[in-house]
Amino acid sequence: MALSHLKSSSSRSNLVKPLAAAFSLRRLISTSTDPITIETSVPFATHRCDPPSRTVETNPQELLSFFRVMATMRRMEIAADSLYKAKLIRGFCHLYDGQEAVAVGMEAAITKKDSIITAYRDHCTFLGRGGTLLEVFSELMGRQGGCSKGKGGSMHFYKKDSGFYGGHGIVGAQVPLGCGLAFAHKYNKDDAVAFALYGDGAANQGQLFEALNISALWDLPVILVCENNHYGMGTAEWRAAKSPAYYKRGDYVPGLKVDGMDAFAVKQACKFAKEHALKSGPIILEMDTYRYHGHSMSDPGSTYRTRDEISGVRQERDPIERIRKLILAHDLATEKELKDIEKEVRKQVDEAIAEAKESPMPEPSELFTNVYVKGLGVEAYGADRKEVRAVLP
Amino acid sequence: MVMSTSLRRCGRRLVFSVFNNREFSTTCQGSKVIQHHEQLQETGKSLNLCSAINQALHIALETDPRSYVFGEDVSFGGVFRCTKGLAEKFGKKRVFNTPLCEQGIVGFGIGLAAMDNRAIAEIQFADYIFPAFDQIVNEAAKFRYRSGNQFNCGGLTIRTPYGAVGHGGHYHSQSPEAFFCHVPGIKVVVPRSPREAKGLLLSCIRDTNPVIFFEPKWLYRLAVEEVPEHDYMLPLSEAEVIREGSDITLVGWGAQLSIMEQACFDAEKEGISCELIDLKTLIPWDKETVETSVRKTGRLLISHEAPVTGGFGAEISASIVERCFLRLEAPVARICGLDTPFPLVFEPFYIPTKNKIVDAIKATVNY
Repeated sequence: MALSHLKSSSSRSNLVKPLAAAFSLRRLISTSTDPITIETSVPFATHRCDPPSRTVETNPQELLSFFRVMATMRRMEIAADSLYKAKLIRGFCHLYDGQEAVAVGMEAAITKKDSIITAYRDHCTFLGRGGTLLEVFSELMGRQGGCSKGKGGSMHFYKKDSGFYGGHGIVGAQVPLGCGLAFAHKYNKDDAVAFALYGDGAANQGQLFEALNISALWDLPVILVCENNHYGMGTAEWRAAKSPAYYKRGDYVPGLKVDGMDAFAVKQACKFAKEHALKSGPIILEMDTYRYHGHSMSDPGSTYRTRDEISGVRQERDPIERIRKLILAHDLATEKELKDIEKEVRKQVDEAIAEAKESPMPEPSELFTNVYVKGLGVEAYGADRKEVRAVLP
Repeated sequence: MVMSTSLRRCGRRLVFSVFNNREFSTTCQGSKVIQHHEQLQETGKSLNLCSAINQALHIALETDPRSYVFGEDVSFGGVFRCTKGLAEKFGKKRVFNTPLCEQGIVGFGIGLAAMDNRAIAEIQFADYIFPAFDQIVNEAAKFRYRSGNQFNCGGLTIRTPYGAVGHGGHYHSQSPEAFFCHVPGIKVVVPRSPREAKGLLLSCIRDTNPVIFFEPKWLYRLAVEEVPEHDYMLPLSEAEVIREGSDITLVGWGAQLSIMEQACFDAEKEGISCELIDLKTLIPWDKETVETSVRKTGRLLISHEAPVTGGFGAEISASIVERCFLRLEAPVARICGLDTPFPLVFEPFYIPTKNKIVDAIKATVNY
């Protein structure tokens, strides 16, 4: 669901507030763009660069839209969990709940001309890029209406028109691709950058270091975003990484450690990183974040960490609760109004699921399409070379 | 009967007729370590394939202090629980997690094995083996050759789960065995059942050549049979006739054998007698057993999940045509995966199902 769409739908909602400069009086939050300044939760830690300011400028409209988008993401992932357990989603499914601030903050700092490439935990990044709930659920359930026509599934979301290069299933494999995207941006002189996202587990893959060297050598406008949720599948970061300070992993490449649970810190860091990348090449952003779910649906997520740890993060650092508190502190909406937004979001998710279930499965002939470029005329053989033979469409 | 006893347990999905256990005896002549099947049965305990592998790993670590188990998440028991309890019993110095780095895991294993250790590496899914492809093909396979036999990594065994599970999608379902069968210097082994898995894995671990051991993940929990508790090995490069017949020879390996077995039952109802061979070791493979069978039946069908083009079935087909050209009464049939990426929602169309095999059996016999 696009940010713009969310804004318009929030304006339709009942969040009409009186207006006041000091925020003591209510005003029309959905249209207000009067600046509010917010301090990021913790200072940025840096490696070979000066930190950006901790003071971030925002406005009521953005705050409310952050809340709504993150609530949508959260609800969507919870719903995906149920659909998977009901066996309506098959294959693999990696959920993003807990990490929403990264997708939302990043999107707020960049434009759709910039490209994003990520791994398999891609549902919310896709939503942030302007994908719709219907496309998400259709794809998850392998329906025609999905963003990859139902042919990809959970790990393979793409959205070409807004520079979302997906959706990659092999750990770490997408990062060198991000360098290629960045080279194309640079060559085309389009003043855009590539964001290559990977996890703390992937940070130990050899190809990451190859990508770092190439991008630094050629000054590519690429931002390597390490979404550090602290667990590579079932392995805690300190068990897998000699140095869990991923922002320093680039050695000669500057880095920034960001509170990935604070959407505004993420926004500030991404804005800073984009400017840096355009001017002087790659930079690493380590987003200190947390996933509430297990690695995938086959991991209960409770064997290698304590329930206390999870509930502690939920209480202390939850990205949505942070925004909720900010909204309440600035008196932009009441608790009830925020609850209403969540209810509304829940309804939208349910409707999208119902609609997605109506979407038909792909035509069987689609099995043979897109293997090569259309009309190449390659002959494919069926199970038996003698009986089934077809020219690929 | 190995597979049918085990797979009957999964009820609705696979329907089998009950067979005498003896018919699927695990032949084990030719090696002093191997016990006769009858003896294996006496001490056997009912195990699934995952536990059988776990038991083999326990034995491997117990019997050789210079053996090590490592890979992503193995010290917690691994994603499929095959390495459960190993770290607790043998310590974190011999059973340990690696970071997420397949190339590093295999390269590390080669180095460890080069110093006369038994390096048992796990690649979490066969679909993830490709980052390690270079290490396997260029380092492991050629170490002995290019050093004029000064060095080798014969102690290296790479375990990796392969194959379809019904809903694995693009990156958790592939069968990449054929890529590795193109590489002289390594062995490729695929077991079909718990008992086979235990005996073959121990052989692989103790083999003096680097081996890739593909585990049929579909059968981890599904296949259950009596597995002897003691230490035994099954010979590599020895195929086994698991069902005798006279009209057509069927060759397969791993999980596909259970599908082929069902096809044999169906064909039998129509009066076609099928001989079913488990190849077990794909490279170097047992040409003689297959040849002897094809000389008898005059027909050959090969089935695997990997795409038909360039699959290992092609190699078997070519070799048997060379050897049995004048005995063949029909072209060799290959019932395999389609020439497409492994699909998500289209998996039922892609996989070489029982009916596809039955159709091909009939077409070949009536050629």
